[in-house]
Amino acid sequence: MTATSSEAGRRPTAVAGDENCQYVTVTVGGQRFGLPIAQVHDVFIVHAITRVPLAPLEIKGLLNLRGRVVTAVCLRTRLGMPDRAEEGEVTAVGLESAGESYGLLVDSVGEVLQLGQDSREPNPVHLNPRWAGLSRGVHRLDDQLLIVLDVDAVLAFGVDARAA
Amino acid sequence: MDELLREFLTETSEHLDVVDIELVRFEQDPNNTTILQNIFRLVHTIKGTCGFLGLPRLETLAHAAESLMGKFRDGMPVTSDAVSLILATIDRIKLILGELERTAAEPPGLDEDLIEGLERLGSTGEVDIRAANDASGGRPAPSPEDARRDAPAHDEMASPDGPPQSPAREDEARRAVAEVEEARAPRVQTIRVTVNTLEHLMTMVSELVLTRNQLLEIARRQDDTAFKVPLQRLSHVTAELQEGVMKTRMQPIGSAWQKLPRVVRGLATELGKQIDLVMQGAETELDRQVLEIIKDPLTHMVRNSADHGIESPAERVARGKPERGTIRLGAYHEGGTITIEVSDDGRGLDYRRIRRTVIERGLAAEIDVDRMSDAQVAKFIFHPGFTTTSSVTAVSGRGVGMDVVKSNLELIGGTIDIHSEFGRGTTFTIKIPLTLAIIAALIVSARGQRFAIPQVAVLELVRVRPGSDHEIEHIDDTPVLRLRDRLLPVVPLAALLQLDVGHQGANDDGFIVITQVGRQRFGILVDGVFHTEEIVVKPMSRRLRHLSLFSGNTILGDGAVVLIIDPNGVSRTVGVSVGERAMFTDEVAEAPAPEEEEEKEAVTLLVFRAGGDGLKAVPLSVVTRLEEVDASKIERVGGRILLQYRGRLMPLVPADPAVRVRTEGAQPIVVFSDGDRALGLMVDEIVDIVEEHIVIDLVTDRPEVVGSAIVRGRAAEIVNVAHFLPLGHEDWLNRGSPPSAAARTVLLVDDSAFFRSLLGPVLKAAGYRVAIANDADEALAIFAAGRKVDVVVTDIEMPGKSGFDLIEALRVEPATADIPVIALSSYVSQSIVERARRLGVADFVAKFDRSGLIAALAEACPSYGEAA
Repeated sequence: MTATSSEAGRRPTAVAGDENCQYVTVTVGGQRFGLPIAQVHDVFIVHAITRVPLAPLEIKGLLNLRGRVVTAVCLRTRLGMPDRAEEGEVTAVGLESAGESYGLLVDSVGEVLQLGQDSREPNPVHLNPRWAGLSRGVHRLDDQLLIVLDVDAVLAFGVDARAA
Repeated sequence: MDELLREFLTETSEHLDVVDIELVRFEQDPNNTTILQNIFRLVHTIKGTCGFLGLPRLETLAHAAESLMGKFRDGMPVTSDAVSLILATIDRIKLILGELERTAAEPPGLDEDLIEGLERLGSTGEVDIRAANDASGGRPAPSPEDARRDAPAHDEMASPDGPPQSPAREDEARRAVAEVEEARAPRVQTIRVTVNTLEHLMTMVSELVLTRNQLLEIARRQDDTAFKVPLQRLSHVTAELQEGVMKTRMQPIGSAWQKLPRVVRGLATELGKQIDLVMQGAETELDRQVLEIIKDPLTHMVRNSADHGIESPAERVARGKPERGTIRLGAYHEGGTITIEVSDDGRGLDYRRIRRTVIERGLAAEIDVDRMSDAQVAKFIFHPGFTTTSSVTAVSGRGVGMDVVKSNLELIGGTIDIHSEFGRGTTFTIKIPLTLAIIAALIVSARGQRFAIPQVAVLELVRVRPGSDHEIEHIDDTPVLRLRDRLLPVVPLAALLQLDVGHQGANDDGFIVITQVGRQRFGILVDGVFHTEEIVVKPMSRRLRHLSLFSGNTILGDGAVVLIIDPNGVSRTVGVSVGERAMFTDEVAEAPAPEEEEEKEAVTLLVFRAGGDGLKAVPLSVVTRLEEVDASKIERVGGRILLQYRGRLMPLVPADPAVRVRTEGAQPIVVFSDGDRALGLMVDEIVDIVEEHIVIDLVTDRPEVVGSAIVRGRAAEIVNVAHFLPLGHEDWLNRGSPPSAAARTVLLVDDSAFFRSLLGPVLKAAGYRVAIANDADEALAIFAAGRKVDVVVTDIEMPGKSGFDLIEALRVEPATADIPVIALSSYVSQSIVERARRLGVADFVAKFDRSGLIAALAEACPSYGEAA
């Protein structure tokens, strides 16, 4: 399953305009999140993760994605959620940050949505600070709320976070 | 920036570096016309190119310098002032070039001061500057007009004064100039390629190597041989390609040294010292990337030597040394690493002062410092911040930023060692890997997870298990290993990486990877050892780079990602205990360099008496332990003598028929074991454990004895352990050894006494007759003596003639041309495998892989039988 921008571009777009953004939606612990499509490289199923001893908790390990070594970051841990209880397929979203490849481990990946600014709201003031730090706002969807993730913030933890 | 200008800048700075060196040589040897000619041509080229690119300020300056040098060439005496002036001019040129690089334009300003000086010096001769130029150049430098005349196709070119307009045109016109130059110098068949292109090529080759490894891994698992031949070919081609691409990244180390003569000269003048810089091995090549990293540390060290190491002439004379001090730079290849030495004959380290400062600054307790050897004390100069106190720098004469030098080197897996004698001089020895991209690594496992350990750091492997030849001992929960009479700190990898969460059980069964970093030796305890593999080092993600225990990661042949253990990082965890635990501090200094140890290595023998007054001995390395058991516990069952030992029944066998089996008191026993079997050899008395260089006179008619040797000045019989093992366990022999093996003779060739004493008994235990040779010549002598040998087991890496040399020599002789050969190696690279294949080597076995060797022998022998 691949969600490249070209594929996404073929989808019928509901709204047009500069302010619109396409998001790859992912679900973690029942909550939907949106990742700006420009930063998403691909979506893949994780087969084998090499655990990195002594690594920050957020890093589940390293994986081999077509000959490249990708660092697997767990979105659940990042959001302060417990690890997924059930076994089974692990899905990852391939991201790039500062020239390095990351795989963001999520529960599942949904469709690509094009959302306009009109449905977007800032973070609720009383949002859990941990979440607020990773969120760039909330979109009101018909059935649910979609939190827009700040990819760089999601990948900034450990050494960087301490340095900052 | 204009492509042409950029190229000019690169080229010019290369030229200037050469001029720097040549000038210093020139000053020392002013009558050498070749050197002068070289300098002249270089400055001339710079001038010519400047003029062409429309850089008047540079051109004028280079011209003035060139004119003066023309005078020298015509016989004007060279003075030190003149050289200084030219050096100053070259510095100015560099300044302008630096500005050019930043702004792509010449900085405003005048150089009249220098030009005047140059001209004045030049005109003290009789010839006028212009004339000198004409007379000396043979023909004047090609002006832009000349160049255009030489390139008739470009008549329509831009005016000479205007800035260059189109790069393509300039390039062509420039080529015209280049052709003029080439007419003088012999044509060199080289092209300029951007580093990016090479890097990309390297990445692609790395990927190819990985894919090749994956294919080999798949082929290994399948019996279908149709793939094997093309795969071998692919493997071969890949290896060559890899080697070729690696070569393109190689540069002579001399390019990092180019600035040094200038630096030393400058410092010598400044400090009023006389210093010679001797450089050896400048042609030694190493990876471009590595070169970049070591450039600054090297400059720093040479600077230190000149500044603090070498004394003033007066001081030197007072000490009875020659007035001129010498700094030596040397580089040479050694295995997969490059060794660089920076040494001086200066004042050396003042250990007393360093000790005092170490104590004053509280870096170590006084009691520890007193116990430390000089070599250990010297290491403190690498301590961060150690050198900031001026008193130490002034007296010890070392260290401004030596910690930075050290950490830079460690970054690329290098090590630095210091050896200094007070009043005599100091030598720094740097070892760095040849390349960073592909390394040989040992794949090990800890708690089911695989890791790679760079082979460069691995000295040997030791199997440890409670109750076996080697076992881990504990001092207050700190694991240590006794290895050849030395105590090594042991770091359990699982504990180090905190893999033991929820894991219960003994932590002393597995393999110890004996590792050396600098002069520090330690053992890394792992659960399993797989094989050596060439791996492509991939950097750690930024988020993980703070983990100092890993230097990177890689993808193995089977597609799995594994982490590469950084021996430097591990050694630092041991290093922490150096300060705290006095017992480990010793090994840093007193350990002889591995080469020395290998040479002097002797066999440690257990000497005992059994049935008579004569001495008997066995190599201690095959002995599991020594016991004195209560004789009343010895049981006799069905004609066999047994002992309840560690919860099992262990058979006991008298070492000699004349040994009296005691019925009361203590019975001394020598315990041997292999796997879970153990055998007790009853002896009369344990005499001693001695380390000896022994020469065994082989005895063939007595199966219980290998031969005799002189031990501590007395003759002793070396007992054949292999003879006794089957007496305790009938099936000991049969395991893994073919029935036909009994009559076969194996010639074991290994320069290491340790491996000989390790493998000899293994082979004998497997039922082979064993002949032993220390080196290739001895092995050939055995053949020449007409001794029948069925199979040769030889080490590949041996001093003098290598194992390959031996095999080549064997293949030439008709009598031995078809003899099966099994190669032992602690390091296997693709090229070694290729060479082995060409020489018809039956199998490759890692040195520590005993069962692999037995299996290989079983396979090699029947094939020989069929052939014969």
